[in-house]
Amino acid sequence: MNQENPTSMDIDLTYAPALESAAIGAIKPRYQMYLDGEFVDGRGDDIVSINPATLEPLTTISSASVEDVDRAVAAARKAFEGPWSRMGGAERGKYLFRIARAIAERSRELAVAESLDNGKPIRESRDFDVPTAAQHFFHHAGWADKLGHLGYGPAPRPLGVAGQVIPWNFPLLMAAWKIAPALAAGNTVVLKPAETTSVTALVLAEILADAGLPPGVVNILPGAGDIGSALVGHDGVDKVAFTGSTPVGKRIQSELAGTGRKLTLELGGKGANIVFADAAVDQAVEGIVNGVFFNQGQVCCAGSRLIVQESIADEFVERLKKRVETLRVGDPLDKNTDVGAVNSQMQFDKITQLSEVGADEGATAWTSSCPLPEKGWFVAPTIFTDATASMRIAREEIFGPVLTTLTFRTPEEALAKANNTPFGLSAGVWTEKGSRAMGMAAGLRAGVIWDNTFNRFDPTAAFGGYGESGFGREGGPSGLAAYLDTDDEGAR
Amino acid sequence: MARLAVIKTYKLYVGGAFPRSESGRTYQVRDEKGTLMANAALASRKDARNAVVAARAGFGRWSGATPYNRGQVLYRIAEMMEARRSELVDLIVSSRGLSAAQARSEVDASIDRVVHFAGWTDKLPAVFGGANAVSGPYFSYSAPEPCGVVAVAAPDESPLLPLVSVVLPALAAGNSVVVVASEADPCVAVTFAEILATSDVPAGVVNVLTGRHGEIMPWLASHADVDGLDLTGVPAAERQQLEVAAAQTVTRVHAPHRAPDFTATPGTARMRAFLETKTVWHPVGAVSLTGGSSY
Amino acid sequence: MSATPTASTPSAPTPSAPVPASSADLRVSLGLTATDGAALRSFLHGLPAVDPVGLEARAAQLASRSIKKDTKRALIDLAISMVDLTTLEGADTPGKVRALCRKGIAPDREHPDTPSVAAICVYPDRVATAVEVLKGTGIKVASVATAFPAGRSSLEVKVADTRLAVDAGADEIDMVIDRAAFLAGDYSTVFEQIAAVKDACGGARLKVILETGELGTYDNVRRASWLALLAGGDFIKTSTGKIAPAATLPVTQVMLQAVRDLHDLTGVQRAVKPAGGIRTTKDAIAYLVLVHEVAGPQWLDPHWFRFGASGVVNDLVMQRRTQRDGHYSGARYVSVD
Repeated sequence: MNQENPTSMDIDLTYAPALESAAIGAIKPRYQMYLDGEFVDGRGDDIVSINPATLEPLTTISSASVEDVDRAVAAARKAFEGPWSRMGGAERGKYLFRIARAIAERSRELAVAESLDNGKPIRESRDFDVPTAAQHFFHHAGWADKLGHLGYGPAPRPLGVAGQVIPWNFPLLMAAWKIAPALAAGNTVVLKPAETTSVTALVLAEILADAGLPPGVVNILPGAGDIGSALVGHDGVDKVAFTGSTPVGKRIQSELAGTGRKLTLELGGKGANIVFADAAVDQAVEGIVNGVFFNQGQVCCAGSRLIVQESIADEFVERLKKRVETLRVGDPLDKNTDVGAVNSQMQFDKITQLSEVGADEGATAWTSSCPLPEKGWFVAPTIFTDATASMRIAREEIFGPVLTTLTFRTPEEALAKANNTPFGLSAGVWTEKGSRAMGMAAGLRAGVIWDNTFNRFDPTAAFGGYGESGFGREGGPSGLAAYLDTDDEGAR
Repeated sequence: MARLAVIKTYKLYVGGAFPRSESGRTYQVRDEKGTLMANAALASRKDARNAVVAARAGFGRWSGATPYNRGQVLYRIAEMMEARRSELVDLIVSSRGLSAAQARSEVDASIDRVVHFAGWTDKLPAVFGGANAVSGPYFSYSAPEPCGVVAVAAPDESPLLPLVSVVLPALAAGNSVVVVASEADPCVAVTFAEILATSDVPAGVVNVLTGRHGEIMPWLASHADVDGLDLTGVPAAERQQLEVAAAQTVTRVHAPHRAPDFTATPGTARMRAFLETKTVWHPVGAVSLTGGSSY
Repeated sequence: MSATPTASTPSAPTPSAPVPASSADLRVSLGLTATDGAALRSFLHGLPAVDPVGLEARAAQLASRSIKKDTKRALIDLAISMVDLTTLEGADTPGKVRALCRKGIAPDREHPDTPSVAAICVYPDRVATAVEVLKGTGIKVASVATAFPAGRSSLEVKVADTRLAVDAGADEIDMVIDRAAFLAGDYSTVFEQIAAVKDACGGARLKVILETGELGTYDNVRRASWLALLAGGDFIKTSTGKIAPAATLPVTQVMLQAVRDLHDLTGVQRAVKPAGGIRTTKDAIAYLVLVHEVAGPQWLDPHWFRFGASGVVNDLVMQRRTQRDGHYSGARYVSVD
C-alpha cells in the first residue's frame, strides 16, 4: 500500500446556511376566505397559523362558519348552473392552462410560503410540491375538451358541486389534485384546506381570481374539522372528495351513507418497502430514505415498513443508518435541508408517543445524531429494528420520520408480511430480477407499486388505495372519472 | 291417479358444496297459487360467515386464473344454462305465474347476459388501464384489479335476470361473490348455483345464500373481510344502516340511486364498482452512461 | 455487498483487525484467494447491481446543494489544491510544460494565498521538464503511461512506458486498462496488467484509468473499479479525456461507493480521480459535495481525491476572486498558460 501521510486539509464541511429569503413568500398579515369570487372575512374565529420551524405565529387566517359553507355551496351551485356549465370544454381548459402558468410564474413565492407554513424543506416545496401542482393543472387542462375520449360516452356529464377536504402535508399540491380534475370535468368546487396550512390554498385563490375564473366556480373556505364536516355533509354537494386520515374517512363514509352521493377517499397507509438480497443496494438505501423521510415522513404513501431479506438485513440496516446520518435536519428555508419540521404540535406529539410505544414494546430504536434546532417541531430520523409484525409501530400509521424494520426469508413471506395490513396504498420492491419484480407487483394489494424507485407521482398516473387506504383514484383517466357521472347502467 | 311429486329441498351453495343452513332452519316456498313448491334453507349469520370464508379462498383461485380462463368458465355457465333452459323456464312460470313466453324471454336474456360478461374478462385492462405518460425516466402503467370478496343482495323484481346481472359483472371483474338470493325466489337462485357447480367455476367463487335479506345483509355489510357491497337488491330506505356498517372498514359500496333496467344493455358501472386500479412504476434506463453526462 | 464472497465480512473492521498491508492481504481479507479468471468473475459479478435511474437521481439531487459563503470559499481552495493540471497534446513542447507548471505553482499570482495544484500531468517524455520546474514545490509530477490513451500495445511496451516515466522522476502514473479485454470478460488479463504496472511504479502512486465512457454500463464501472482496487491501483480514475462521455457525477458516484465499501470492509483507503468534462467551479463543487456525502469527509483531501482537468483552474480562480473582491472577474483578467 502506498499510504503516505497526507496533509490534512482539516475542512469543516458543515454547509454554510443557504437560506431562501422568507420575504419571497410574501406572507400577508391576514388571509381572507375566497367565496363567490371575493376575498371576504369568514364568520368563524380567526386561526393563527404557526411556523412549525420557529413556533412563531406566521399569519392569521379568517375562517368559515357553517353559514359560510351554505353561502359557498350556493355560490358554487349558481356558478355550476350558470356560466360554468354553459361554457365549452375548450374554454374551460384555457382557464386551467392559465392557472398552470400562473402557478409557475409565482412558483418561488409559493414554495417559500409553503415551507414557512408547513415546515417542509424548500428543496421539496421548490422541486416537487409547486411544479407538480402546476403540472396537475396543465395536464387536466387538456382533458377539458376531450372528455368524450374517456370511454363514458360522447359527452359525460359533470356531477355538480364538489365538496373537497384536503390535508396539511401537501397543502398546495393537494388543492391542485382536487381542483384541477373537478374543473376539467366541469364541476364547481368548495374546498376546505387544513386548519394549520391554508396559506398556499389562498394564494392559489388569488391566482384563480387573477385568471378571471368566474365567481363561485372555486370557493376556498379555511376552517377546522367542523367546517369540513359541514361541507361533506351538505345537501347541496353532489360529490365529496377527501384526503386525510382513515378514521375521518370512515366517519365521512358513514355520514354519506344512504345519500348516493359520489365519494372518493384517499386515506392512510403503512407502505411496505421490500428489499431483496439481489437489490441494487445503494439505490435501495436511497429509496428507503426517500420513502420514509420525504416530507418528514408525513406522506400517506410513505414506505414506513422496511421489509428486508434476512440474509442481508444487518448489513443493509447499517448502510441505511450511515446514510441517514448524512441527512440534514433543520431550517426548512435552507436549501440544503433534507428534513424539515413536522407540521404541528399534535403531529409532533403523536410521532413522539408512537415512538415511545415502539421502544416499550421491545423494538430497538436508533436515531440519527444530527443536531436538531433548539426551537421548532423537529424530529430526528428514527429507525426501529428488532420489530415484529404485531407491534403498533409495524401496524399503525405514524406519519413521521420513523421507519420500522422487519425481515423475511422467502418472497412469499415478504408478500404475506407486506399484505398483512388493512391498508393498501403503496409498496416498494427492490430487486434486480425482473420476473420477481413483476410477480411482487402483481401480488401486492396496494394501489401504487414502485419497483426500484419510490414516491414517484405524476398527474397522468392513477393514485389511490386498496382497502382502508380509501377508494377512487386521483390522476389519470380514473381520476377524472371520479368527477363525472359514469353511471352507464340502464335505468327504468 | 296422478303421481305424487317429490318436493325438492333447496340448499345453500357455499364453497362449492350444498350444505343445509347450520341453523337447521328452512322456509317454505310457495308458488303463485299458494301451493308448496319446495323448502329452502333459511341462512343464518354463521352461514354468512362461512360463505365469506369460502369466498376469500375462492378469490385467490379466481383472481389468479388467467382472464382467458375466466372468460371460458363464464361462457361455460351460459352453455349449462342453455342445457337447463326448460327447467329454468318451468321454475319461473310456477314461481311467478309468468307465461311460458315471458319466462323464456327472461331465461334467454339471462343466458345472453352471461355471454356478454364472459367476453369482458380479458378486455378490462385495455379499457380501464394503460401506460401512463409520466414525465420522468419510468415506465408506468395502471391496470384494474378485482377488489376481493363482494357481497351482493340480489334484487327481487324477477327471479333470474337481475340475479345474473348483479353476479356476473362482479365475477367478470375477478371478484368472488356471496349473493343473498331474492327471498321470494330461492329455487331459481339455487338452480343457478347448481349450474355454477357444474360449470367449472372453482369452489367458493360464487356462494349463494337463501333467506331474509334483513337478517343476513347486516352481517355481510359489517364483515371486515368483505371488500365490496352491492345493495341493488336492498330498498333505498334500508340502505343507510348497511352503508354505515360498511364504512367501518372502508368497504366499497354500489348502491345505484335509479332502479336499474336489467333488460337494457349493461354498461360497465357494475364492474368498475368492484375494481381497484393498481399503478406500477419501474425505472427505464441502463442502456448507456450518457444519461448522467448532463450533470 | 451481500451477493459477494464477502457476505459474512463485517461492514466495518473491528479495531483489533489489522488493516491489510499488501494487495494480496487485501484480497484475502475480502475472501478472494485466487486471481484467475473464474475467481475474479465470480467476485465481480457478485457485486450488487447499480440502478442507473436511482443513481442519476441521487447525483442530480446532490448537484442541487447550495454551497455559499465560507463553505464555497473553502471548497474553491480545496478544489484548486486537488487539480491534476494536465496537458496531453502531441504539441506539448518543453515551453508549454514549463508554463503549465508555473501556473500550477501559483494559479493566481495576483492573489499569492491561492493554493497550488496537486500535480502536473504530462506525457512520459515531458516528465523531466516538469520535475525540473516543480522541484521543491511539493507539487507532484504525474505521467500518463501504458500506451495512453488506447492502451493497445503489449504488456512489455506498457511496462517500459511506465518505467520511462518513473525513471524520469514521476511521482504518479496514470495507466489505462485494457478495455477490450475487460469487455471481452477477460478480467485476469486486465488484473495482471494493472499488477505488472503497479510493480513497475515502484514508489509512485498508480492511477488506474477505467475509461468509463467505453465501459457502457454502471455495473461495468463498478466491476472495473473493484478490479483495479484488487490489483493494487492507488487511485481509480474515470477517463483519459479523449473519449466522451468523460467524467460524470453518476460515474464518479459509483467509483466513490467502491472506495467507500472497500474502506468499510477492510479499513484500506484508496483515492478517486474524475477526469475530463469538469470545467466550472459549479462542476467542481458538485463533485466535492458528492465526495463528502457518498464517500465521507475523510476523502476531502488532495491525497484521496483529484480532478483531472485543465480549464477548471481558471474558473476556480475567477470565482475565488469574485468571492474575495465582491465583484465578478472576467476571463481576460486570468492568465491562459
